Amino acid sequence: MTQSNKDIDALIEMMAKLPGLGPRSARRAVLHMIKKRSLLMMPLADTLQTVAATARECLNCGNIGTTDICDICESEKRATGEICVVEDVADLWAMERGQVFKGRYHVLGGTLSALDAIGPDELRIPKLLDRVTSEGVTEVILALNATIDGQTTAHYIADQLEARQIAVTSLAQGVPIGGELDYLDDGTISAALKARKAI
Amino acid sequence: MEWRSEGVLLAVRRHGENAAIIEVFTPDHGRHAGIVRGGTSRKLAPVMQPGAQLHVSWRARLEDHLGTFTIEPLKSRAAQVMDDRKALAGLNALCGLLSFALAERDPHPDLYDRTIALFDLLGANPHWPLAYLQWELALLEDMGFGLDLSSCAVSGTTQELTFVSPKSGRAVSSSAAGEWADRLLPLPACLRGVGDGSLDEMSEGLRTTGYFLKNWMAPQLGNKPLPPARQRLVDFFT
Repeated sequence: MTQSNKDIDALIEMMAKLPGLGPRSARRAVLHMIKKRSLLMMPLADTLQTVAATARECLNCGNIGTTDICDICESEKRATGEICVVEDVADLWAMERGQVFKGRYHVLGGTLSALDAIGPDELRIPKLLDRVTSEGVTEVILALNATIDGQTTAHYIADQLEARQIAVTSLAQGVPIGGELDYLDDGTISAALKARKAI
Repeated sequence: MEWRSEGVLLAVRRHGENAAIIEVFTPDHGRHAGIVRGGTSRKLAPVMQPGAQLHVSWRARLEDHLGTFTIEPLKSRAAQVMDDRKALAGLNALCGLLSFALAERDPHPDLYDRTIALFDLLGANPHWPLAYLQWELALLEDMGFGLDLSSCAVSGTTQELTFVSPKSGRAVSSSAAGEWADRLLPLPACLRGVGDGSLDEMSEGLRTTGYFLKNWMAPQLGNKPLPPARQRLVDFFT
């Protein structure tokens, strides 16, 4: 194997470590980039280098951006008194995709987990409690996953906020848009029935 | 190697991109781990919540391999407890203690039956905390650390049993306790299966079972600390 092939193999190996890519798809992606070197590969390399140097967690909410305080926390328009608590940055980005929520976010960085020994101090819960006071928050929306760990975390946070005079709400659970009842699991049907509303 | 059984899901951990390693508690094979291919998929993720009752089929080339599970849901319990913070804490404590206490692949059929009965009560019956307390006694019993709360260790009487000896795990009556009373553990009526278990009684009962879990059982399991999920449940009663 020549030195140049070694470099390409190393790139394929690195690409194959990305989620959703295996060795074959990584090889295809690398080949595609090499074919479009100036159009794709060089700009991608530049962008990767820039982001690697500048990407960081927002000191306030835990979102990932390229500045110490992210755009959402900087924006005065987002100071609605509402904070949406999410487990992970991916959840924050999913909420932003919906373009419905106009307040600010708080990324916990995980959920309480008895088995993995993740307690409140391992998450950004103390920072959330600080923000509720310092930012004059009136409502905390718990947008955590509808899993046992997610809901355990939600209840824990709700307990911590109980003494403060603010609304604590959580996302509804039930039938997804386009969902067919026949394909839903028992738990979802049960949650949807509990949360039924008048039409 | 292959077997089929039913079991209750205790823990799920991601494995690679799509798979999950799960721990199930089965009547015939005890606490058993295995890989579920596609376990993090949208189809399986709702099923794979701790406390779910599953039909599992385990397969491996050799018996001591980790092996793979294929699963089918029998009963989902997540929705039953998610709105009820105390029941959720109970479910977490149950799963945490079972993962903590049970040796892998060591069957405990009686404890399994009691566990399923308790899971069914969580979030559905307001008296489940009493059943939980009895379950902790059953866990101690099954692990070889059973308490004898039927009669006084000193006088043999079955009346006025108000303490438990931390040394022998036997009941002690209030008259026999004498000046030793402050060194003994409380024996509330609910720990003997009597009464409706007030908050104070539950707290005392959990303190007593917690002592034996921590000081009798845990040292035999490598002196690991008790799962924090149990403490979170105890906090609801203090």
